[in-house]
Amino acid sequence: MKLYFHLFLLLAWLLPAIAFSQNDLMKMLETEDQQPTKVSATFKGTRLINGHTVETRKAGTMDFIIAHRFGRVNEGAYNFFGLDNATIRLGLDYALTNQLAIGIGRSSFQKTYDGFVKYRILQQSSGKGAPVSLTGLATAAIIGQKWADPNRENLASSRFSYVYQVLIARKFSSDLSLQLMPSIIHRNLVTTNSQSNTTAALGIGGRYKITKRVSINAEYYYHFEENNPVDYKDVIAIGFDIETGGHVFQLHFTNAQSMVERGFIAETTGDFFKGDVHFGFNINRAFQLIEK
Amino acid sequence: MKIIIKALILLVISVNLYAQKYTAESGAVSFFSEAPLENIEAHNNEAKSIFDADNGNIVFSIPIKGFTFAKSLMQEHFNENYLESDKYPNATFEGKIINFQKKSGEQKATAKGTMTIHGVSKEVEIAGTINMKEDKIVIDSKFPLKVADYEIEIPKIVFYNIAEEVEVSAEFTYKPFQTTQ
Repeated sequence: MKLYFHLFLLLAWLLPAIAFSQNDLMKMLETEDQQPTKVSATFKGTRLINGHTVETRKAGTMDFIIAHRFGRVNEGAYNFFGLDNATIRLGLDYALTNQLAIGIGRSSFQKTYDGFVKYRILQQSSGKGAPVSLTGLATAAIIGQKWADPNRENLASSRFSYVYQVLIARKFSSDLSLQLMPSIIHRNLVTTNSQSNTTAALGIGGRYKITKRVSINAEYYYHFEENNPVDYKDVIAIGFDIETGGHVFQLHFTNAQSMVERGFIAETTGDFFKGDVHFGFNINRAFQLIEK
Repeated sequence: MKIIIKALILLVISVNLYAQKYTAESGAVSFFSEAPLENIEAHNNEAKSIFDADNGNIVFSIPIKGFTFAKSLMQEHFNENYLESDKYPNATFEGKIINFQKKSGEQKATAKGTMTIHGVSKEVEIAGTINMKEDKIVIDSKFPLKVADYEIEIPKIVFYNIAEEVEVSAEFTYKPFQTTQ
């Protein structure tokens, strides 16, 4: 019995005295609370291809976006596969806070001015946090082009259109992100009487990173419209994101020529599968106006 | 009975031994990259560490996402493209302060062990100072770190200028470890 006691003593004395190995110390560190962290960089840019992503820049960052859509690839060699005809959108986005961004733009297509307000409602986070990121987007566009028929009674309000979107995205892995874009489009003036001024669309898109700095993107919008007057098509786009520090270069092929929501979601005329495809690019340059 | 008392005394002593571990109540790590075009600096106050004053064993864990930069986009790229913090969330050091003396006051010391950054482990020796006070220990160090040693690629077409060697500064303040159990 006494022997056991002594053994116990020896153990009691030895156990804590055994120095903790580095490994044990590391385990002690790791068992401390792991807080859920916010998932960042679901997409490289604030635009997927034509439309917006859930991303906004951080407070104080201004993005200058130069976007081009050339003519149709199937115009052939005479028009250098569309490259002779370019439409351009110049845009400025500014992040007021980490959640709130605003932007303005001017497109040569239909001489359109556009503006938007974008708000990050929810950001995906690891662990028990939010499973998706959620961003609300409200856009307005004014067509500046002269009226096709100046003798008709043309109202200034007819130039206006609005698109509202809820962008829902999830970064499934560091490579794969997918996004859903339920959208409401309101056009003050539509082509025919039988058309509804307010229609809905559902977009789906995503990106897959093929290297650390290059991803493949795809985007599609289904437009719910009865009485489609001139056989408008749904917009399809496929492209690449190439990120080089302060710039994101986006190169793509799409059947839309317009770079504002109303135009590409509701009024795309090209048939992607018949080769009515426009080559295009977006160049995003970020400037940190206010540093942390 | 006597033996039980003996046992208790020994237990108390061993509990005291237990208390020779120190945990960092604050840990600040920063790095500085000096390049012709642009100096880059990032700070992290979320670093953790435990130091065992009995044998000099010391471990550090620094969450990569805790580094903050003046330019937010740079911070995103640091996480996404350079350190790949989704895959490798922490930078760690596991090692031993080889010439540690358990005495109060300031002493120069060298930590020898394994540094793991971006999933790449390297044997390193880092010099620093230890300042032991009554109820706390302050350890600080400044050392150069070669970016290429940890397979962190800097692509040629990059608009930031990043130094091949960055200077890392660390300052940790420790207090005696208290188990919550």
